[in-house]
Amino acid sequence: MSVLVYIEHAEGSVKKTSLEAVSYGKALSDKLSFGEVVAVALGSISADELGKVGSAGASKVIHVNDNKLNEGIIQAHADAVAQVYNQVGAGTLVLAKSSLGDAVAARLAVKLNAALVSNVVELPDNTSGYKVKRSIYTGKAFAETVVTADHKILAVKKNAVDLKTDGTAAQVEEVTLSIADANFATKITSTDKATGEVLLPEADIVVSGGRGMKGPENWGMIEDLAKELGAATGCSKPVSDIGWRPHHEHVGQTGVKVAPTLYVAVGISGAIQHLAGVNSSKYIVVINKDPEAPFFKAADYGIVGDAFEILPKLTEAVKAQK
Amino acid sequence: MKILVCITHVPDTTSKIHFTDNNTKFDKNGVQFIIGPYDDYALARAVELKDQLGASLTVLNVGEAETEPTLRKALAIGADDAIRVNAFPKDSLFVANQIAAIAKENGYDLIMMGRESIDFNGGMVHGMVGELLGMPSVSPVMKLEVDGDIVKMAREIEGGKEYLEAKLPLIAGCQEPIAEWKIPNMRGIMSARTKPLQVVEASVDGVNTEVIAYQLPPAKGSVKLVDKDNVPELVRLLKNEAKVL
Ligand SMILES: Cc1cc2nc3c(=O)[nH]c(=O)nc-3n(C[C@H](O)[C@H](O)[C@H](O)COP(=O)(O)OP(=O)(O)OC[C@H]3O[C@@H](n4cnc5c(N)ncnc54)[C@H](O)[C@@H]3O)c2cc1C
Repeated sequence: MSVLVYIEHAEGSVKKTSLEAVSYGKALSDKLSFGEVVAVALGSISADELGKVGSAGASKVIHVNDNKLNEGIIQAHADAVAQVYNQVGAGTLVLAKSSLGDAVAARLAVKLNAALVSNVVELPDNTSGYKVKRSIYTGKAFAETVVTADHKILAVKKNAVDLKTDGTAAQVEEVTLSIADANFATKITSTDKATGEVLLPEADIVVSGGRGMKGPENWGMIEDLAKELGAATGCSKPVSDIGWRPHHEHVGQTGVKVAPTLYVAVGISGAIQHLAGVNSSKYIVVINKDPEAPFFKAADYGIVGDAFEILPKLTEAVKAQK
Repeated sequence: MKILVCITHVPDTTSKIHFTDNNTKFDKNGVQFIIGPYDDYALARAVELKDQLGASLTVLNVGEAETEPTLRKALAIGADDAIRVNAFPKDSLFVANQIAAIAKENGYDLIMMGRESIDFNGGMVHGMVGELLGMPSVSPVMKLEVDGDIVKMAREIEGGKEYLEAKLPLIAGCQEPIAEWKIPNMRGIMSARTKPLQVVEASVDGVNTEVIAYQLPPAKGSVKLVDKDNVPELVRLLKNEAKVL
């Protein structure tokens, strides 16, 4: 029984979280003695990018180079992945948790009559039955979930396994599928997307600003630090509500849930709803002028002081250590 | 035009999470339950559409009797009637099957719900319902306008948004800023008491996942503070101690 991994890409660059999903698939196959790890990539992607999928642990990549699949039309992607799943005779589908991934996986669970477990944080435990640990209550707890169906779909949370980079080149198989028109019933009319930015859900370092930053005109300081750290920028909910920052930067319970190795929070009080979006971070640094700010209780490192004094010094210090 | 909004009954976002019975049961002690915040956005937009289009608006929850106050709140916000499928929501597929069964019976043009629940964060019920009904599903939707039988939407993607169009019928998993949360007014609360709330039994069984135990994350150690006049020390710690730079 092989393991199939669904690859997401942004304009042809394979997402890092999808590469992690491939490494998860490989580790899963090794642990449970499953067969080959096959990846499926939809739309136009270069050979170089497909090569990364091999390094991450796949032995084969099925590439459906159909321009109609470049965009993430949920039904069309679900249909294509289901066809490939059946063709390769897979028993498990692995994918990275994301807004497109969730929607595609949900449709696949019905199509393939498979159990879908989302927010998976570890490899399954098969010592008795098939148990998967997943994150619930927006990172505030975990659930040990027993899976009873034969076919399984695992939507993997960032950092569930280490990304593998030493795999061998995967064999790329170009495949043509026929996907019924009905699957293209939703039409994407335009896209409005920041280019050249580090994407928040993928980022290893995130620098976020809150209402303590006083106004959008001060975000240059956040961006300078982010740039020096190679980080993505985020914000608290009120900041995106007032329109100081775009909505896709809103971190927390009702926004993006991040899982970076380092989260730097500047002028954010640390309300429980904000913490829910950052509690999977490995290290948290808090800069706040109020020593009583609740965020310090969730932090590893902190500086009590004025963000406008500290940020330029911090950016300088990061530059200096390089 | 008939709109269905599916809502979850979940712990308030400020809740501290605890478990009892040897970590096998969620501890409801002292926990306040609310309409899931994402579902609340879906409901708020649905109420606007109802007023704008003269549509009917039904709210649905799969849950036991304890969820009725949550359904009543949705009625107070502006839904016309409510349906409760009397069953513990065992897993996403179970819930999706109940919603699909009700939808087949009643034939809704637009089914809205939150992008995900905030208890299990699966984000999959909308897609499953879409597949069960053979309808398109779009999520996470942050803007939704109905123009005749065409729905115009904005969907959040990593790093931006995408504008889409589809024909009704359609299923939308919603999030902000699709509408502002609505707070029920006195008139709404009064009228909610007499609006119809129908209880039906689950019509489809079958689950393929089961939670057997819960765990809390390990407690966080205390914060290491660096003096504001010694900022480079923070960088040194991140580099040499945490090893993240
Ligand atoms: C259902 C629900 C869902 C929610 N979801 C989210 C969510 O997903 N994400 C989210 O972020 N919030 C969410 N919230 C809102 C949340 O409760 C808080 O209101 C919000 O996080 C506060 O944002 P803030 O920390 O930027 O602002 P504030 O609470 O106003 O805090 C500003 C902080 O900046 C500090 N400060 C001020 N000036 C300076 C300075 N010069 N230098 C350094 N520090 C300074 C202050 O000491 C203070 O701690 C939600 C709320 C509800 C009810």
